[in-house]
Amino acid sequence: MAATSRLASCLPALLCAGCGGWQSALQPGGEQAGHLKVLIQLFTIVCGIVWLLVMLVLAAGLWRRHSGTPTGAAAERRSARLVGAATAASVLVIIGLTLASYVATHGLAAAGADPLVIRVRGSQWWWEVTYMDPSPDRTFLTANEIHVPVGRPIRVELAASDVIHSFWAPNLAGKQDLIPGRDNALSFTVDQPGLYREQCAEFCGLQHAHMAMLIVAEPAASFDAWRDGQIAEPPAPNDAEQAAGRLVFTGKACAACHTVRGTPAAGTLGPDLTHVGSRRTIAAGMLPTTRGSLAAWIADPQTIKPGNNMPMVPLTADELNALAAYLASLK
Amino acid sequence: MRARHLLLAACAFLVACQREQRDLRTDPPVAEALGQVAVMPGGIGGRPAAIDRALGHPYQTNAYQLNQGKRLWDWFNCSGCHAAGGGASGPALTDGSWRYGPDMVSIFVSIRDGRPNGMPAFRGKLTDEQILQLSGYVQAMGAETASTAAPSRNDTMQARASENRAPAAAAFPKQVSR
Amino acid sequence: MSPDSLPPDIRDTDLAPDVLEPELERTWRTPRGLIGALSTVDHKIIGRRYLVTAFIFLAMGGVLAMLMRLQLARPENRVLPPDLYDQVFTMHGANMMFLFAVPVMEAVAVYLVPLMVGTRNVAFPRLNAFSYWMYLAGGFTLWTAFALDMGPDVGWFAYVPLSGPEYGSGKRADIWAQMITFTEVSAMAVAVEIVVTVLKQRAPGMSLDRIPLFVWSMLVTSFLIIMAMPAIMVASTSLILDRLVGTHFFNPAEGGDVLLWQHLFWFFGHPEVYIVFLPAVGMVSTIIATFTRRPTFGYLALVMALIATGILAFGLWVHHMFATGLPRLGESFFTASSMSIAIPAGVQIFCWLATLWLGRPVYRTPLLFVLAFFVTFVIGGLTGVMVASVPLDTQVHDTYFVVAHFHYVLIGGAVFPLLGAIYYWYPKIVGRMMSERLGRWVVGLLAIGFNLTFFPMHLLGLHGMTRRVYTYQVEMGWGGLNLFVSLSAVLLACGFALFFFDAIRSSWIGEPAGDDPWGGPTLEWSTTSPPPPYNFRHIPIVRSGQPLWDDTETLTVAAGLRVDRRELVVSSVAEALPEAREASPANSIWPLWAAIASTVMLISSIFSPWAVVWGAVPIAVALIGWFWPKGTPEDEA
Repeated sequence: MAATSRLASCLPALLCAGCGGWQSALQPGGEQAGHLKVLIQLFTIVCGIVWLLVMLVLAAGLWRRHSGTPTGAAAERRSARLVGAATAASVLVIIGLTLASYVATHGLAAAGADPLVIRVRGSQWWWEVTYMDPSPDRTFLTANEIHVPVGRPIRVELAASDVIHSFWAPNLAGKQDLIPGRDNALSFTVDQPGLYREQCAEFCGLQHAHMAMLIVAEPAASFDAWRDGQIAEPPAPNDAEQAAGRLVFTGKACAACHTVRGTPAAGTLGPDLTHVGSRRTIAAGMLPTTRGSLAAWIADPQTIKPGNNMPMVPLTADELNALAAYLASLK
Repeated sequence: MRARHLLLAACAFLVACQREQRDLRTDPPVAEALGQVAVMPGGIGGRPAAIDRALGHPYQTNAYQLNQGKRLWDWFNCSGCHAAGGGASGPALTDGSWRYGPDMVSIFVSIRDGRPNGMPAFRGKLTDEQILQLSGYVQAMGAETASTAAPSRNDTMQARASENRAPAAAAFPKQVSR
Repeated sequence: MSPDSLPPDIRDTDLAPDVLEPELERTWRTPRGLIGALSTVDHKIIGRRYLVTAFIFLAMGGVLAMLMRLQLARPENRVLPPDLYDQVFTMHGANMMFLFAVPVMEAVAVYLVPLMVGTRNVAFPRLNAFSYWMYLAGGFTLWTAFALDMGPDVGWFAYVPLSGPEYGSGKRADIWAQMITFTEVSAMAVAVEIVVTVLKQRAPGMSLDRIPLFVWSMLVTSFLIIMAMPAIMVASTSLILDRLVGTHFFNPAEGGDVLLWQHLFWFFGHPEVYIVFLPAVGMVSTIIATFTRRPTFGYLALVMALIATGILAFGLWVHHMFATGLPRLGESFFTASSMSIAIPAGVQIFCWLATLWLGRPVYRTPLLFVLAFFVTFVIGGLTGVMVASVPLDTQVHDTYFVVAHFHYVLIGGAVFPLLGAIYYWYPKIVGRMMSERLGRWVVGLLAIGFNLTFFPMHLLGLHGMTRRVYTYQVEMGWGGLNLFVSLSAVLLACGFALFFFDAIRSSWIGEPAGDDPWGGPTLEWSTTSPPPPYNFRHIPIVRSGQPLWDDTETLTVAAGLRVDRRELVVSSVAEALPEAREASPANSIWPLWAAIASTVMLISSIFSPWAVVWGAVPIAVALIGWFWPKGTPEDEA
């Protein structure tokens, strides 16, 4: 039986060789996740040893020759001593692991100075992101994608607008819930530039499975450039098709829910689309941002993400084309 | 006798099915047909789209659709004028009296095309299906007898009983049910 | 001798054995026919019904699990749409926890506890009948709703606000909440019976230190039920009030609190795990003792571990809420308490290992299940230590790691011992043996299938796969492991199917079992298989923890009970000194009527709060009928 289960533990390891790793607790991209990975490894090793010991004792107990088993008070007493010793040992192991856990908690709690504050508000089934800044004109709103500078502490302030969600970017930190009526926060620092993925971890309804966003960690310089680009208004349409698309956007139902700064569209119910063309994905991490995927999403959101709150707005083929072209141009 | 019981039970089952179903996607031709209401001259009363009857009036009887209507009520700030339904700059909607008719077509037209003295038109801001969801909900707000499909209160400050408690009945207990 | 010729107040000492048995049979039997079946209060008949019903729910929940595995086998699969998937996983969880795991343990207890403590029926037999009907009605409600596309879709934990009035449209969440009421009423009824049966109806001489370990475990479990279940009933009732009447228990805007729900739910939900697991501890102890041919090592330590687990179980509910941002000091406390529960679990494991070490193991199917239990449960317990750590839990909470963890605990820790217990006690219940050859296949298939299915889920969780997702994207790279898991699940399902096949087949072609096919030490093996309606011809007198092993000649018995009416011995709590002869209630149809009336009221109250008012009338009528003094002997005792 022990052999089978060891086999069971090997096979999946082979099968998992292809895992992406951009949403994995075992490939930390920052200090906090690194601590957590060490903690996971420590617990796994200790627990693995305990399991092996128990299995060895079990196997030995079953395979020993029972014909000559000494019975009587002496054997019982010796067993009692052994059971007592094993219990004492497990108390020590438990105390050790508890202390390790406290130490890790303490390490994680130490927040760095001058953090970048990002407000994340979870809604069914997307993320609204606000970059805070001491000067109000540099505070801006975006959605479903976070850029962070490498090396600077990040403080994510979490709120929910409808039901409970949970912010989990396993490569960067543990998860923290977004709870209506409560304010939570999560701090982490990213060491490795790269692309990480964050996903809602608390069941939040029909599209819980498709409530993710990308976290782009980049050097401070390119982060600042990105931020300046986000603060600026999007470029004006530079051809007739995009201009027509803009007209569709502001004239049809789109503008009732979405904002594009610099246009009359100022809806706040759906994600801010000011720089949607610059984001890597649309629909909360579901599709790569291309003109085609934008058109597909607008044409039939309920097939791509059944139950989400985007209505199917009737558009002609020309309108759809123009709209997709316009949105893709919002870099 | 037994057959009739079975039939009744089957009907109850089917009704329950329809009330709880969640049709998340409406085919574009159906969505288009849903907007084909025949309005009486004057914009009050009329014939609902044939497809609405064929579907079994989902926007009045289906819990999910009614709930979606309630969400739209909040999202599109209907409370800005109608308050929590008790009326402010806009007329009250929970008292069981209707300025432009209590039927779905009248409410649909009120929202789609607007009404004099301030009710804006939502044509082009909401799809026809969304307007139907909202209409069904508004009708439930002013109902004298609550339907079991009607939504309950929101997680906000509450100024009145929720739709499944039939606030109109509380306002006009003696009024004959329509 | 005809019944009429018997004088009143006839005692068993007055009759010869060949006359005594038919007379006892006549007093205790369940009449034939539908009315007889519906009004029986025989704990064995009710326990058997409970068992069969619970296992039917297990099979149905298993089908749901296979549907989920079908959907998750490939990325972006579209077999189950999200709406249906949400219902399926909610049904799976609610069904397995409320309709299978808890009731099946209580079923075993309802059947066996009176036999193991040497009495003739449970205390409050009519309450027992009532509890079964309530349980059946609750299960029927839930599954009917599911069939009507009205199944709950908010998770078995039904967190507000998602299940609250604003976001849970329709009656789906109400169905869930009311199903809770049904199952909790029935669970608490059984718990009360078990507590009183164990404390007051033990055979003379069965002092506290001679109670079989399974009975001890059920006693602790029953106390847990009595203390934990009110929390969930308060929670589910508040939820229904919020949804139907418009109260604000969970509405932060009006002074309610969203987290209040989680506290109430997990104050029940965590002890629930031990409510399922502690009976399994009793089963493992019993099976190990019988199949090593020696008393379980460390009786006192095991009993203390049971009680310690029961107490600690109430001090660690917050470890389900480590991601909600509670104060750090509180979290540290709950880390320590969650870790510390590993210690009594460790004591249990060590005592069993010592028993195996000192005894002479006989490898029959029940013991093989216990060995499978060891291999899997220890993994589940150790991953439990991992999730007890706050920082570690923030990485694995709500991921497939936790799915793997609690299936290791619940299937490895509770279902394996349960199936072992079924193989062990089946001959007593049915009178026939289950197949040893098929049994070995069942153990093998289940142990291998289970580990192959659930072990990879640990890895999936660490690689970022969150729970309760109806699908996942191709680029996440979880496809291979998920396909592997789904294929392994087929193996696991085959194991369960074979078990069901064996259980059904053995009921008519199984080898006839004698009174005591395994040579077990406890009192249930001293009577026939299946036991007669009166359980024991005479109430036995117990002089040791293993009466059938230590009193090798014949059991001493107590005599002097009346034969012409149902009578049993009431004994003192600690020493089990006989105190009185007590009448045991006769069959009655009123528990069924009371359950029907309660069902009508509870279901209607989903739709209108006034149902509580008018629905109370039939319940009152049924209860009056139930307790109406009929001048029958049992009312005069």
